[in-house]
Amino acid sequence: MSDEYDNNKSYQAQSSEVMDGSTGSVNPDIDYVRPSEVGEQELYHPHSFIEKWIFCQDAKVIGVQYFLTAVFTGVVGLILSWLMRLQLGFPELAGFMTAEHYYQFVTMHGMIMVVYFLTALFLGGFGNYLIPLMVGARDMVFPYVNMLSFWMFFVAVAVLMASFFVPGGPTGAGWTLYPPQTILEGTPGAGMGILLMLISLSLFVIGFTMGGLNYMITILQARTRGMTLMRMPLTVWGIFTATVLAMLAFPALLVSAIMMTLDKVLQTSFFMPTILKAGEVLEYGGGSPILFQHLFWFFGHPEVYIVALPAFGIVSDLISVHARKNIFGYRMMVWAIVGIGALSFFVWAHHMYVSGMNPWFGFFFATTTLIIAVPTAMKVYNWILTLWRGNIRINVVMLWCLGFIVTFVNGGITGIFLGNVSVDVPLSDTYFVIAHFHMVMGIAPLMVIMGAVYHWFPLVAGKMLDEGLGKWHFWITFLGAYSIYFPMHYLGFIGVPRRYFEMYDSPYMTSAVGMNEFISIAAFIVGAAQFILIFNIIKTLKTGKKAEQNPWKANSLEWYTSTVPPEHGNFGDRLPVVHRWPYDFSVPGAKEDYIPQTTAPSEVIHTEVEKT
Amino acid sequence: MHAGIIFLLVIVGSVLFHIFTPWYWTDIASNWKGMDDTITLTFWVGGGVFVAVCLFMIYCVFRYQHKEDRRAEYKPEDKKLEKILTWATTLGVAALLAPGLIIWNQYVNVPKNAIEVDVMAWQWGWQYRLPGKDGKLGTTQVRNIADNNPFGINPDDPFGKDDIMVESDVINLENNRPVKILLRSVDVLHNWYVPQFRAKMDAVPGTVTFYWFEPNKVGEYEVLCAEYCGVGHYAMRGGVEVQDKADYEAWLGEQETFEQLSARYEKLNVDGNKLAKK
Repeated sequence: MSDEYDNNKSYQAQSSEVMDGSTGSVNPDIDYVRPSEVGEQELYHPHSFIEKWIFCQDAKVIGVQYFLTAVFTGVVGLILSWLMRLQLGFPELAGFMTAEHYYQFVTMHGMIMVVYFLTALFLGGFGNYLIPLMVGARDMVFPYVNMLSFWMFFVAVAVLMASFFVPGGPTGAGWTLYPPQTILEGTPGAGMGILLMLISLSLFVIGFTMGGLNYMITILQARTRGMTLMRMPLTVWGIFTATVLAMLAFPALLVSAIMMTLDKVLQTSFFMPTILKAGEVLEYGGGSPILFQHLFWFFGHPEVYIVALPAFGIVSDLISVHARKNIFGYRMMVWAIVGIGALSFFVWAHHMYVSGMNPWFGFFFATTTLIIAVPTAMKVYNWILTLWRGNIRINVVMLWCLGFIVTFVNGGITGIFLGNVSVDVPLSDTYFVIAHFHMVMGIAPLMVIMGAVYHWFPLVAGKMLDEGLGKWHFWITFLGAYSIYFPMHYLGFIGVPRRYFEMYDSPYMTSAVGMNEFISIAAFIVGAAQFILIFNIIKTLKTGKKAEQNPWKANSLEWYTSTVPPEHGNFGDRLPVVHRWPYDFSVPGAKEDYIPQTTAPSEVIHTEVEKT
Repeated sequence: MHAGIIFLLVIVGSVLFHIFTPWYWTDIASNWKGMDDTITLTFWVGGGVFVAVCLFMIYCVFRYQHKEDRRAEYKPEDKKLEKILTWATTLGVAALLAPGLIIWNQYVNVPKNAIEVDVMAWQWGWQYRLPGKDGKLGTTQVRNIADNNPFGINPDDPFGKDDIMVESDVINLENNRPVKILLRSVDVLHNWYVPQFRAKMDAVPGTVTFYWFEPNKVGEYEVLCAEYCGVGHYAMRGGVEVQDKADYEAWLGEQETFEQLSARYEKLNVDGNKLAKK
C-alpha cells in the first residue's frame, strides 16, 4: 500500500481544513486524497462456530450462504427442466407424468430460476461478497440486518420447497401466476400450493429489502477514501442499479401477492370478475385480471434487468481484466446501466400486447421498448471494442465472456422482434418467446455467473480451479445451450404454442417432433455438464493449486486484501486509499501492464496515464 | 486459436440453419402479411448486426491473442466513435419500429364492413355466436348463462333474438371478408389463435376484447388456445372453416337463432313436464 496518510485518529483535524473548499487546490501534493469524514466501522467478530458460519454477520460468508442456497434451488430448477424436456421430447418414456405434474414443473422451474436462483445469486451472492471488497469497506453497513436478510431468504426457499409436499402439490399456474386460473380449481396446486408460493414470495421480498438497503447504503456511504462514484468497478455499478430497481419493483410483486392471497383466502375480488364454473356463479365480481398483469410486469420487467445489470457489470470487468485493456467508454457504460435501469420502468406492458389491455398502449410501449435497445447496443459495442487492440488471454473466464456476448446479442435481437408490437402478435405465447428469454436472461447471465465463478474462486477459496475441466464445462454448456435455444425460435415461427403438455397430431407439432427430441437430448447433456463444475470445485478444494495473491493481475480492491481469502474486516489495519479507476491496464510507460487502484500518482509519474 | 474457430463455426452454422431450415412459417392465410414482412426485415437488420458483432469479436480473438511482450492499446474513450454508433443504432431501431407501428395501427382499427363473431371461451372449449339479420349482437351477462341460453343473452334485448347460435366448436368464415373476433370468457384467460391467421388476443373474463383479420384462403384450420388456462390448456382446440360466399351462406342458413333455440328448449320443458305428469 502506498498511502502515506494515517487514517486512524488524525482525520478529524484534517477534515476541517479540507471542507473549506480552497485548500484542495493549494495542496501541492499530487497524491492527495480527501480524508474520511467519519471514523471506521466497528465490527462484531464471531465468537463461536455458529456465529462464524451460520448466523454470521460477515458479508463474505453471507454471500457464500446466498450463493450455495441459490445454487441448490438452481439444481432443483435444472432437474425440473429435465423432466419437462423428457415429456416434450420423449413422452413415451414419461408415462408417470400427468398434465398436472407437467404444469407444476413448468411453474416451479420458472419461478425458481428467475427469482430464487438468478436474483439471489447475483445480488445476494455476488453483491454481498464483492460490494464491500470492491468499494474498500470493512463490511456492509448493517451487518446484522444483512444476516437477517439471508435467513429470511432461506425461510422463503424452505416454504417454496415445502409446497412440493403439501396436498395438491405446488402451484401449476405458470410462473406469471395470472389470475383467475391461479386460484381456481382446474389449475394444479390451487389450494395449498399457491398459498405457499405467495407466502414464499412475500418473505423473499422482505428479506431482499433488508439486503438491498445494505447494498445501496454501503455503496453510497461506505466507500473508502478516493473511491469516487466514477472510479467504481462496473460490477458495483451494475449491482447498485439493479438493487435500486429491486427496491422499486419488488413492492409491486408484494402487493399483488398480498391481494391475491386475500382473493384466495377471504374471497375478495381484486383480480376476480364474475366467474362461472361448473355451471355455478362463484362468489366473486368486479375485479380485474389485467390489473394483476400490470402489477406483475411492473415488477417483472425491471426484474429482467435486476438480473441483467449485475451481469453487464461483471462481464465488463472480466473482459477488461482478461483483455488487459481498459473498458472502452467507461462513462458511457455507467450511463447506459443507469439509463437502462430507468427506462426499464416504462416498458412493462410489452409483455401484454395481446393481453386485452387497451390496444392503444401498444404504440407507447413499443416505442419505449425499442428505445432501450440503444443503450443496450452501446454496451455490446463497448465490450467488443474493449477486445479490439487488446492483449486477450483466451482462458476459461474469457471463454465464458465470449459466450455471453454471442448469446446476449442473439437474445437481444430476438427481443427487438418481440418488443415491436405487431411483430409480437404472431410470436407471443409461442416457443419463440421461450427461446428468446432463455437466451437473453437464462443462458447469457449464466455465462457471466460461470465466468465470475472461475474468476473469483481464487479469491474466495485461495485455490485455482482446473482450467482443463473448465474448458470442457464451457464448451459443452455453450454449444449445448446454443443448440437448444437457437433452433427453438423456429418452432415459434411454425406457431407451436408454449405451455402445451402434448400436441396430439396437430400439423404444427408433427414437423417438430424430431427437433424436440434433439433439444431434449441437448438439455440432458447441458444439465449434466454442470456437475463438471461441482466436481471441479470439490477437486480443487481438496488438491487444487494454491492461488497467488491477485492471480489475474487485476486492479480492483478485492485483490488487495490483507490475506487470501480475505478475513473479516477485509483490509487488515488500514483501509486502502484509491487514486484511480480500476481499468488502468497496459498504460504506456508503466512497468507492469496494470496499475492497481491503490497506486499513487507519484509512483507512476512517468507514464501516460489519464486522470480518472 | 481453437476457440475462435469454434465460435466462427457457430455463427456460420446459425446462418446456414436459417437458410436451410425446414421449420419456418406455416403458410399464411390472412391479410397480415405485413407482420411476416416486418419479421423478415427484422431478420435482415438484426441478423446482420448479430453476424457483424460476432465476426468482429472473433476477429479480435484471432488478432489480439495474448503475447507477453505486447501491450494493449490505452485509450479510455473515443467520443466520436461512440456518437456514430449511437446514431447508427438509433436509426436502425427507428427503421424497424416504424413498420411495426404502422401495422399495429391497422391491427387496432377494425374495418367498417367486418362481420362480428362472438367467441366465448371456457375451461376448456369454444362456442360461437353471430349477429342475425339486424347485424347486431344482443347484450349478455354471465349470470344469465343456462342450458337454454349458452351465451347469457339478456332476454329483454331485442337485438339478441335473431342472434345465430353455432352449436359446434368449429366456426365457418367467409373468404375475403374481414372478421372482427369478439372475445369473451366466463372463467379464466384464454386466447383464440389460428397460426395461419397470425393474429391473436386474450379473452379476459369480465370484459370483451377484440381483434380482426381477413381470411384469404379456403380451407380448414385448427384453433389453439394460446394463453395458459389450467390443466386442460393443451387440449383446448377448436376449428375454423373458411368457405366461399355461396358455401358460407348455405351453412349460415342451417344455423339456429337464439329465438329458435329458446323455443326448442321450451318445448322440451313442456314435453318433459307432460311426461312427469303422466
